Amino acid sequence: MAEPKFALHNPDPAGTTREQDLIAQVQHGHNELFYELVRPYERRVYAAALAILRNETDAEDVAQEAMLKAFANIRQFRAEARFSTWLIQITVNEALMRRRRERTVVMEGIDERRDEESDYAPRDFADWREIPSEALERKEVRQKLADALAMLDRKYREVFVLRDMEQLNIQETAEALGISVASVKTRLLRARLMLRDLLAGGWDKGWFSRLPFEKGSKPW
Amino acid sequence: MVVTCEQVWHEISNYLEGDVDATLRSAMDAHFQTCKRCSSVLEGTRNVIQLYGDERMIEVPAGYGRRLEKRLAQSARVRSKPWPTWSTWMVPLAAMALFAGGLHVANSVAVAPQLKSEHAQSGHGIPPDMKVVVTADARLFHAPGCGVIHNKDTERTLTAKEAIQQGYVPCARCLREYLHTASAGHIALEWEADALLDSNE
Repeated sequence: MAEPKFALHNPDPAGTTREQDLIAQVQHGHNELFYELVRPYERRVYAAALAILRNETDAEDVAQEAMLKAFANIRQFRAEARFSTWLIQITVNEALMRRRRERTVVMEGIDERRDEESDYAPRDFADWREIPSEALERKEVRQKLADALAMLDRKYREVFVLRDMEQLNIQETAEALGISVASVKTRLLRARLMLRDLLAGGWDKGWFSRLPFEKGSKPW
Repeated sequence: MVVTCEQVWHEISNYLEGDVDATLRSAMDAHFQTCKRCSSVLEGTRNVIQLYGDERMIEVPAGYGRRLEKRLAQSARVRSKPWPTWSTWMVPLAAMALFAGGLHVANSVAVAPQLKSEHAQSGHGIPPDMKVVVTADARLFHAPGCGVIHNKDTERTLTAKEAIQQGYVPCARCLREYLHTASAGHIALEWEADALLDSNE
C-alpha cells in the first residue's frame, strides 16, 4: 500500500474559467450575473451555516446574509483565493457572529486542552472496505449519515463539515473558526474516526443497531 | 521504523491528508499490510471522507434556492439588467442639479450646476439629438472624430440622449464646451428627468 488510493479534496477544475469570467463581470458591474456565480455554492453555504447554528431557519437566514455580504464585497475578492473558500469563510463568520449574539459563549479553552491530552481509539473494527457508490441516492442513507454527523459534539462537527464537506484546507478551516491548525487536525481525526465507528458496523447490518456510544457520552 | 496500532490511529487522518513524512508513511504502509484492524480503520475512514464529501449529502430546505435568488434580486437587483451606470450617476447628479436649479430660480441668476469633476458630469447642455459615438468596453461618448477614441473598430453612432440613457458619460476633451454651459441646463434637465423615469420603468 504505497499511496492512498485517491487524492483527497482534489477540486474539480471544470468551470473554473467560467467562474473567473463571471467574477470579473460582476466586479465590473454586471450584477445580474451574481446569482449565476454563487448558485453552484448555495448548498454548501447553507450546510456551513447549518453546521454552526444547527437550526434550519437561522442557517438559511445566515446563508442569505452571507451571499449579500459577498455581493457587497465582490470587488475585494482577489483571484489568488478560491471563490468558494472566500464565500464559505464569509458564511462561517456570519454564522459565528449570529451564534455569539444569541448564545452563551462556550469555553473553548477547556475543550482545546482536552484535545491535547487524550487519544482516541477506534471502537469498531468491522470491515468496511466497499462503498456502495449508489447508496447516496437513497434518502434514508443520507439521513443516517446526517444523523451520525449530528451526534458529534459541535467542535468536531464544525471542523469536519468545513474540511470534509466544504473542502476548505486545514489552514483555511483553522482561520475560519479562529482555532489553531493543531486543534483542527486533532478534531478532524476524532470526527472522522467517530463517524467511522458510528457507520462501519451498520453499513450492512441495519444502521445504528449497535452504536459505539450514545450522544453526549464520548468513548475517550 | 516500526509503528504501533495506537500510533497509526493517531496519525491516520494526517496520513489521508498526505501530511506525514516519508518515513512515517512507509512505516504505516507496512503496518497496514500486516494489521487487518488498522487496515479496516483506514478504509472506513476513507469511506467516511468520500461519503460526506459528496454534494448529495447536503440537503437544503424546499424552496431554499428560490428564496435566496429572490432576496438577492430584491436587495441588490442582481437579477435585473446590469445596473446602468446611468442610474448610479444620474440620481445624485439629478439631485445636485435640482438643488442648483432651485438656487437659480431663487436668485434669478444663471448659476451652472457646479459638480466636483467634469468627468462626473453627465452631459448637461449637450443637445439630446447630437450624434455621438461610443465604443465597446469604454464608458465615454465622444463627438465624432475625437482624438481619444480607443478601440475604434467597435465604434457605433447614437444620439447623446441615447448614450446617456445607456450609461455613457461625455468625453471631457471633445465635449468640454458643453460641460460648462448652463444655458441649456434646464432643457437638459427635462429630458434627463424623462430618461430617469424611463430607466426606472
